Amino acid sequence: MNLERVEQIIETYGRDRMNSLPILEDIQREFNYLPRQALELVAKRLGMPQGHVYQLATFFKAFTLSPKGEHQCKVCLGTACHVKGGALILETLEKELKVKAGATTADGKFSIEGVRCLGACALAPIIVIDNQPLGQITADAAVQKIRELAAPKTAPSPAPAPAPASKPAAAVPKRGVDMSAVPPR
Amino acid sequence: MAEWEPVLLANVHRPNSEKIGTYLAHGGYQALRKALSMSPEAVVAEVKASGLRGRGGAGFPTGVKWGFLPPDAPVKYLAVNTDEGEPGTFKDRLIVERDPHAILEGVIIAAYAIGAHRAFVYIRGEFFLGVKRWIKAIADAYQHGFLGKDILGSGFDLDVSVHRGAGAYICGEETAMLESLEGKRGQPRLKPPYPAQVGLWGRPTIVQNVETLANVPHIILRGAAWYASIGTEQSKGPKIFCVSGHVNRPGNYELPLGTPLREIIEKYAGGVRYGRHIKAVIPGGVSTPMLTARQIDVPMAFETLAAAGSALGTGAVIVMDETTDMVEVARRITDFFVHESCGACVPCRLGGFRMLERLEAIARGRGRPDDLAKLESLARGISGLTFCPLGTGMCEPVLSGLALYRDEFVARLNTAAKR
Ligand SMILES: Cc1cc2nc3c(=O)[nH]c(=O)nc-3n(C[C@H](O)[C@H](O)[C@H](O)COP(=O)(O)O)c2cc1C
Ligand code: FES
Repeated sequence: MNLERVEQIIETYGRDRMNSLPILEDIQREFNYLPRQALELVAKRLGMPQGHVYQLATFFKAFTLSPKGEHQCKVCLGTACHVKGGALILETLEKELKVKAGATTADGKFSIEGVRCLGACALAPIIVIDNQPLGQITADAAVQKIRELAAPKTAPSPAPAPAPASKPAAAVPKRGVDMSAVPPR
Repeated sequence: MAEWEPVLLANVHRPNSEKIGTYLAHGGYQALRKALSMSPEAVVAEVKASGLRGRGGAGFPTGVKWGFLPPDAPVKYLAVNTDEGEPGTFKDRLIVERDPHAILEGVIIAAYAIGAHRAFVYIRGEFFLGVKRWIKAIADAYQHGFLGKDILGSGFDLDVSVHRGAGAYICGEETAMLESLEGKRGQPRLKPPYPAQVGLWGRPTIVQNVETLANVPHIILRGAAWYASIGTEQSKGPKIFCVSGHVNRPGNYELPLGTPLREIIEKYAGGVRYGRHIKAVIPGGVSTPMLTARQIDVPMAFETLAAAGSALGTGAVIVMDETTDMVEVARRITDFFVHESCGACVPCRLGGFRMLERLEAIARGRGRPDDLAKLESLARGISGLTFCPLGTGMCEPVLSGLALYRDEFVARLNTAAKR
């Protein structure tokens, strides 16, 4: 585990308990979960009891103590999405990936979960894959999207693709997409 | 009534509406200049006179809250609630993403009025773009001398910082938000003392919703009398209504408080999809009791909705048509609240769980004949008896669902009895 990276994250924000949430969020993003050693280090650096860091890690839903999938799919089950078929989308994806909501596929590629209202109800039903919102989506379109992600990235040519030299930069999801429902004029 | 010309959402359509240049080009930060030329007491008096009430759900008069601060406290804080999480609500996200300077101007004026030199913005962790927009807006405001030391030569100093949440509905509750800002679990504090007396790190703190703050510049610029001329007797000013569910044009619609619910649904949101009929409407986010199709002539104002047995809440209107399964709706909403309960008090943690068990059984057709009575007694043992209002909010959809659509629940029980 790269504890160097954890040190860096802590130093970016500063050793103040007030910064514990953003520090943990960045660690979660970096490793796809909160590794135990990372939590221990955060406690040490911020001068907090380990138990307090653990309290935060278990209270807030953005954090997990076991790794999430490479692709994270969130299906909104808020009331507006619910009445427009959010549950059906989640069920369909559960079947497609053969995994229950809240869990990760055996190959570590996907995790799916039902989430609370995302504050984008005009786009209901909405799912978010790797922080990319897909509004007014159908169950079929959601499955389609998952299949695209599951397919190997390289073109279907017989030549073997060269192994990437390092971790692909494309693994960083595009963040900050506009989800505000602008009222019609 | 003449067509309402948007005030709060006047800017959001413009290209690059989030940029400080766009905001300035359309009269931005004029209200700040005016406020800084007034005494802080005069600003508080103006806001009080406007009749502005909080848009975060509780509807407390904003100017009155500002008046609660102990006048001699050496350090006071302003906390800006951008944690928008009430299901059905999507107005705060819109303003933050499209018009962050409108809120920031309100923040600076409010801080000046209450004598705070430090403001903390707490934003929902999932609002990635909102976080970016807040940070950029604040940085640009520093550049233009709207933040920092000696703002516009007035001698008033203010620093603002942004803090992300990490996925907890309860952190929208003001005292839980303060706990989270201090780097702790978001568990609500006992009130009183209210944050205005003992808030962040024990200092007097005013917590305000972003839509509330976005109203403040308009009140200062156009005056309390103008503002108070909009709306009803006890509900003043414009309000953003978030309309979702089975309507043809879901979206944010800014209208004067007191606009009839029917007009919002039919005229603005384009009516119910496929020409179907309304079965139920949640008028103010899921913590507010449901209304039936027969009640939709109610004006959307604090006092009229209270009289109709519901509440204005956040102004999030969720429309459900005749095909909606009300048992499923109640089960789904309860599931949400049970997940989001912070677990600190027994009625909410355990009572909620027991309600969910019964609702799940009923939804699966395995409800027992006495389940409805049990649900009601559970809800009555929770409502009003929890540490914070989350528990009470949890009971509203169940109690109103049972009262208004009892036959649907009973029908489910009957199928169980037949087997
Ligand atoms: C469970 C719960 C969740 C809340 N969530 C929010 C929220 O997301 N945003 C918000 O502005 N107020 C929320 N509130 C209301 C706040 O506690 C508080 O009343 C409000 O921020 C005060 O600002 P206002 O007077 O401008 O409305 C919530 C309250 C409760 C009980
Ligand atoms: S209910 Fe899905 S975004 Fe609000």
